[in-house]
Amino acid sequence: MFSIDFRQIGIVAGKEFWDRIRNRWVLAVAVVFTVFALVIAYFGAAQQGTVGFHSIDVTIASLVSLVIYLIPLIALILGFDAIVGERERGSLDLLLTLPITRKELILGKYAGLAGALAFSTIAGFGAVGVILSPQLDLNALFHYAGFMASAILLGFAFLSLAVMLSVFASDRTRASGMAIGTWFFFVLVFDLLILGALVVTAGDYGGTVFPYLLLLNPADVFRVLNVFSLDEVRTLYGLATVFPEALSNPATLGGVMLAWIAGPLMVAIWRFER
Amino acid sequence: MASTIVEARGVTKDFGSIQAVKGVDLSIAPGELFGLIGHNGAGKSTLFKMMLGLIPVTRGEIRLDGESVTGPRFRDTRRKIGYLPENVVLYDNLTGIETLYFFADLKTVPRSSCAALLEKVGLAHAAGRRVREYSKGMRQRLGFAQALLGKPRLLFLDEPTTGLDPGAIRDFYRILRELRDEGVTMVLTSHILAEIQERVDRLAIMEGGVIRATGTVQSLREAMNLPLTLEIAGGAGLREQVARVLEGLAIDGIDDSGHSLHIRLPREAKMPALARLATLGETLRDLHVREPSLEDVFFGYRT
Repeated sequence: MFSIDFRQIGIVAGKEFWDRIRNRWVLAVAVVFTVFALVIAYFGAAQQGTVGFHSIDVTIASLVSLVIYLIPLIALILGFDAIVGERERGSLDLLLTLPITRKELILGKYAGLAGALAFSTIAGFGAVGVILSPQLDLNALFHYAGFMASAILLGFAFLSLAVMLSVFASDRTRASGMAIGTWFFFVLVFDLLILGALVVTAGDYGGTVFPYLLLLNPADVFRVLNVFSLDEVRTLYGLATVFPEALSNPATLGGVMLAWIAGPLMVAIWRFER
Repeated sequence: MASTIVEARGVTKDFGSIQAVKGVDLSIAPGELFGLIGHNGAGKSTLFKMMLGLIPVTRGEIRLDGESVTGPRFRDTRRKIGYLPENVVLYDNLTGIETLYFFADLKTVPRSSCAALLEKVGLAHAAGRRVREYSKGMRQRLGFAQALLGKPRLLFLDEPTTGLDPGAIRDFYRILRELRDEGVTMVLTSHILAEIQERVDRLAIMEGGVIRATGTVQSLREAMNLPLTLEIAGGAGLREQVARVLEGLAIDGIDDSGHSLHIRLPREAKMPALARLATLGETLRDLHVREPSLEDVFFGYRT
């Protein structure tokens, strides 16, 4: 309805970001990422009886399995009280009497939290990239950077969901419950449902539709995005044959991810402005 | 300058089938210290929030300084407003001065004004301490400093003295008087009626979503025609002598508290009664005329 003042967004974002730096949230998450990534890179092949770094593709494939659990959880924890927390403290009313619109407040909150999340992801996984770099060629580095970028997008998508929950929830307790439910649904339940449906229908029909259903889950988009950018892994998983060509295009998948980021945020703004 | 700075016309708020505020009209003049009283659920918080633009009005119109608080010029309008919410919890992890910086930035007020505001509310010594270490009273003062950012022309204070000790309450009202001298308009709610009655210029009594009465404390007392109390102290046999001289006057009752007598009587009987009591001479040691308190007025309107 009114013009957007990016200065106001920046002020709110700056506060959220520095809050997370100061309370060492960013540091803690970055350290967790670094430690996990190092362990996976060096001991990921231990089951095969060897230790030490072998291949970036295998490392990324293992990291994907880890990140797909971890990042949605971290993003949901980061964002679930963004709005409802202010409401419960009583500071939301105060903020809303200032020369800032509700849209700017949400966008500022989101931008600041997203910045903190991106910063931890880059610092945490970036540190591992630097450590591994002597053993990586340019192509491998490129793949690793792609993994990091997609991990950031995954975080952004779940942060967007978290902020949306935060607008809808009437109190923090409910918001945290909704956040945990969201995590369970997208990370654990969704794939089981799809698999179950595939098995029940014995793949008779809908076989061409099922791969597209994966786009309804940002965690799956992240998985597909990473698995299909890696030739070695693609053959490893044996998925190349069943997966439609349109979905192995990183640009399409990236676009879907952006929709997962923008969509919940837009719903949050719509709801908050009512 | 407009003759009213806060103008509400036929303001109504429906929450589903419940009408929380019913057709309220209210005008507050620039420089007024205006009190809004009412018990919980009377609709004063809802009215307050509508005035601030926090919740939309169902019907009617509210203008602050001639502008709608949610209209296209809302940013300018909101820069003129200071607001202290009830029981606000500010950010624990920020220091006092950082808290003010954050709100100053959002209000486009220079950060250089923040230190002086902390000084004004008596928090200069705690500027660098985190808010989590602040006492309830200190938090309230910090919230007040926040409301004063950018020299607002209009202050909304919701139960502003909650958590303050008597000294701080006195300081608080001293600052309010200074602000009024500078032409700042203030709207405040309070449940401590005795505290507000000495300090506001005018007040409105809200009950059941409507404003029952608006005026100065004195005009409300007079309109209610509540009885006065004469409190007198004196020597032995005072009660009998008093009863004798006041005979024939319409007296509501005489209570003996042990060391003083409380004579309740209608307002129009005050002067005749004082003239007759004066004839008691030395027997009378002390005399006070007690006006009905705001509590009496408030509960008078409720019943």
